[in-house]
Amino acid sequence: MGSVTCNPLAPPSTRLLLNPLKIPKFCHSRRQLHGSQRASKIIAYYGLKTPPYKLDALEPYMSKRTLEVHWGELHRGYVEGLNKHLAKDDVLYGYTLDELVKVSYNSGNPLPVFNNAVQVWNHDFFWESMQPGGGDIPKYGVLEQIEKDFGSFTNFKEKFIEAALTLFGSGYVWLVLKREERRLAVVKTSNAINPLVWNDIPIISLDMWEHAYYLDYKNDKGTYTNVFMNHLVSWNAAMSRMARAEAFVNLGEPKIPIA
Amino acid sequence: MALRSLAIRKAIGLGKSVGLGLRGLQTVTLPDLPYDYSALEPAISGEIMQLHHQKHHQAYVTNYNKAVEQLFQALNKVDTSTVVQLQGAIKFNGGGHVNHSIFWKNLAPVHEGGGEPPHSSLGWAIDTHFGSLEALIQKMSAEGAALQGSGWVWLGLDTEFKRLVVETTANQDPLVTKAPTLVPLLGIDVWEHAYYLQYKNVKPDYLKNIWNVMNWKYASDVYQKECP
Repeated sequence: MGSVTCNPLAPPSTRLLLNPLKIPKFCHSRRQLHGSQRASKIIAYYGLKTPPYKLDALEPYMSKRTLEVHWGELHRGYVEGLNKHLAKDDVLYGYTLDELVKVSYNSGNPLPVFNNAVQVWNHDFFWESMQPGGGDIPKYGVLEQIEKDFGSFTNFKEKFIEAALTLFGSGYVWLVLKREERRLAVVKTSNAINPLVWNDIPIISLDMWEHAYYLDYKNDKGTYTNVFMNHLVSWNAAMSRMARAEAFVNLGEPKIPIA
Repeated sequence: MALRSLAIRKAIGLGKSVGLGLRGLQTVTLPDLPYDYSALEPAISGEIMQLHHQKHHQAYVTNYNKAVEQLFQALNKVDTSTVVQLQGAIKFNGGGHVNHSIFWKNLAPVHEGGGEPPHSSLGWAIDTHFGSLEALIQKMSAEGAALQGSGWVWLGLDTEFKRLVVETTANQDPLVTKAPTLVPLLGIDVWEHAYYLQYKNVKPDYLKNIWNVMNWKYASDVYQKECP
């Protein structure tokens, strides 16, 4: 890929300005790569993030066995695939996962790394969209926003479940905050597509690939979806994601009390 | 007249369609398997075969019939937007019915010839186009493993150029959606429901073992009919 100009004395911000597309490389020499003349580099990898609960914590709604296979083997496989891609390609190295998803989506012409990157992102997000003792209804701001954008929580829940049951093939169902329209919406995506690629902000997701529910529910998507809404979905996670999203999306005038 | 159409309507609703619906509307029925559910073990477990046939394929049949009936009514009312809106459900469920009907026929228990390599014209054509049967098997297995999401991998015959092709289709799209001149000889279902209970996420093992129960006789028959 040609030689790399490395100026370790320049402050990081100017380095980025100088070569906006290239990622600054460390200049420490450690080992030669297959006898090539390139400066060798320190390589960092993505790790498999553990869900914020034990693998059996979602029983009886999602079995330990499902988590063991879905997280321990499938999700782990995506992480390993992602790292293999990153080891090969200098240009991709250094992005955060969010950025990598958006860049590798390449406006609908995805680069080979996209599938692994987005599935790692999707599964990290999915595990965190659930919690033991989940379900019930959201509170405070999240509930207010849902009632504003869907009429009622019941209506939102119906729309969400309907989206899950009318999805053809593999995919995900999302509660997203749409940036331009500045409102919440239910969105279903095919295969591994993620609303990040449309610059929207995901709040909750439900994995509707068969591997997510087949061991526990066989072909009964209806029960799986209802169980998710009633017992698994983490409105706490939704709350913190909404709070963060509000830093990017203006959801309306604040209610400043008149003295 | 009203009583008769009511009775027909009931028959459709039960799913045990006689094949003649409202005003001559033809419906489809779930075909029987030509072997027991457990006959394809250990390549495909009896549990999977039963669920696959009785639940998944049945659902495609039921939903296809429902969609077609709605289509019929929309056509009569000249409700064009509903006609268009129904196309998704018809393609998906109809495709599912078409694909699975072929799938059951292109599998066979070992004692009925499952896994026995093709001879005569199909065997010769495979050697010509792919080099060897092993090369074809490897190609199809690789395409199946690489397929992301849900779909099928096919050995098809291009009836225009009389050539064998390996193709994949997404979701329940039948092979004809790739090109109208394609005729399916063999199809492998790589939706997760086809293997997950037994193989979990080790799709390559499923794609290796399914060849032990592949019914090449069916493929040969179809091939010889198109290329006499």
